[in-house]
Amino acid sequence: MHFQYSIEGGDFSRAGNASSQLKKLLKQLNVDSQLIKRIVVALYEGEVNIVAHAHRGTIDVDIEPDKVFIRLSDEGPGIPDIKQAMKEGYSTASQKVREMGFGAGMGLPNMLKNADKLNIESEPGKGTIVELTTLLR
Amino acid sequence: MIEPVKEFHHALKIREDVCIGCTHCMKVCPTEAIRIKNGKAVLSNNRCVDCGECFRACPVLAIIIEQDDFDKIFSYPIRVALVPSVFIGQFPKTISTEQIYSELMGLGFTHIYEIEHSVDILADQINPYMDDHDDSKPVISSFCPAIVRLIQVKFPALVENILLLKAPLDIAAIYNKKKFSDLGYKEDEIGLFYITPCAAKIAAIKSPVGDEKSDVTGVINMNTLYNKVYSGIKQNDKETCPVPTRKFLSPQNILWTLTRGESENAKGRSIAVDGIHNVIEFLDKLENEDLPHFDFLEMRACDESCAGGVLISGNRFLTVRRLHLRAEAAARKIIRGIEPEEDILTEKSFLLANIRVAKVKPRSIVKLDDDMLEAMKKMKKVHELLRHLPLVDCGTCGSPKCASLAEDVVQGNANIAQCIFVQKLLEKRKIFTKEESHQVLENIWGKEKFENKWNVELDF
Repeated sequence: MHFQYSIEGGDFSRAGNASSQLKKLLKQLNVDSQLIKRIVVALYEGEVNIVAHAHRGTIDVDIEPDKVFIRLSDEGPGIPDIKQAMKEGYSTASQKVREMGFGAGMGLPNMLKNADKLNIESEPGKGTIVELTTLLR
Repeated sequence: MIEPVKEFHHALKIREDVCIGCTHCMKVCPTEAIRIKNGKAVLSNNRCVDCGECFRACPVLAIIIEQDDFDKIFSYPIRVALVPSVFIGQFPKTISTEQIYSELMGLGFTHIYEIEHSVDILADQINPYMDDHDDSKPVISSFCPAIVRLIQVKFPALVENILLLKAPLDIAAIYNKKKFSDLGYKEDEIGLFYITPCAAKIAAIKSPVGDEKSDVTGVINMNTLYNKVYSGIKQNDKETCPVPTRKFLSPQNILWTLTRGESENAKGRSIAVDGIHNVIEFLDKLENEDLPHFDFLEMRACDESCAGGVLISGNRFLTVRRLHLRAEAAARKIIRGIEPEEDILTEKSFLLANIRVAKVKPRSIVKLDDDMLEAMKKMKKVHELLRHLPLVDCGTCGSPKCASLAEDVVQGNANIAQCIFVQKLLEKRKIFTKEESHQVLENIWGKEKFENKWNVELDF
């Protein structure tokens, strides 16, 4: 089953909308609550990344009986050094974003922790694609 | 593990003879537990959490909160009124506690016990409990039974976080039972009657979530007793009887049932949320980990907590104010060196041995099917149906929202043609006749709503 959500850059009040929607679907599907938590937390981090850094983005979710695949693609500054971005505590978030309680440099590490597979592709100046796979049961 | 579906006891009942099938209750229900069938609201037992929002919303008083017959108290030689502090807080300042106590005794109670005395047993246990349960933070208070049930049905992943300690009412009941047993009374001679400000507490007594059986003998609705006491005072027709003096409660205990009553006692980071829709929003964020870390969450279904209970007659803000004034007066007494009277502490070790409750089990109402493949098939159908529904959530189909109609259809509990928009479409395509559409609407709303009450031909 395929679902799509669009994200507006800079709209922090709505960050978390897609995660809430997906959580509702996974609950309806009777997916194990610990797995739901992992998926939702990973997606939430991705959503916040798009809101904090990019102009806009799209989230595609594919739910299959054995896995949930999430693809977050955005139009934004891209990540020049993915290896560095994966380090806990590394952040390029602006002062404004940090004041809002985001930008602690835990986004990508937290996504890695909560997904079974994480794939990042980025083109500086153009955008980033993050793919998350979580195996069910 | 799938628990067998068992029916739950609810204090809220819909009086079919009074219900006018108006959808007010259906629209406010936070768990979408109400449908309209044959012109009457019907409550789903597994979804209802006894929050009482429907009771507040009903314009014709068709929703009642069942209680025990008042005369039941006279079956017991010992008749204790277990009274929460909000009961007295509702009365205006011009009425003294002595007058209220006198009326209660005049009505037939032999003893009056303010439940909040038992907070002295509970309050000290919460912080050590939190230390022992660092892996299930934030600990969510089990004080409000509507919230415990809400978590069971709507946030099943959070049942692990529920505080597994008895609420003040249960501790007060155990204490009173022990006290009178020690005085030589048999169990069937001790009547413990809870004066309840809400429906959820009744449901919790009649079918407790974590315990097998409650020690409370019966329940009397607070508004019923308020009326009896208030009119007694106004008519002033009873002989004055010997009145027990009200025992001195500490400020913390007085305020326990109000918003922030518990959270102020919890160490670490705590927060209090009241109002069931606010609680739902907050728990949703908690599940997403879209919140800073908290050690303790106090959550109450009613706005202004128990002062806003559905069976409270007085204004909730005035009740809160009066209780704050009482707490301030108590604080001044303590400064003068007067100690709160806490007889209950003499039974502390006995009560602590009984303070735990069994684990709370989830019973999700959200899942479409236990089997995920089956659930996926159903979800596909739900989304397919939703594409054909108008998404106006008008309720004319008898379900609260288009999405709930789609689910009802997929679960085999409704027909898509209950949607008035779908009916028009079917009529246009000549699949449905006007009569068939009419019959569908009559099944939902009853014959009566379609009678021409003016007895004339309407000219459109």
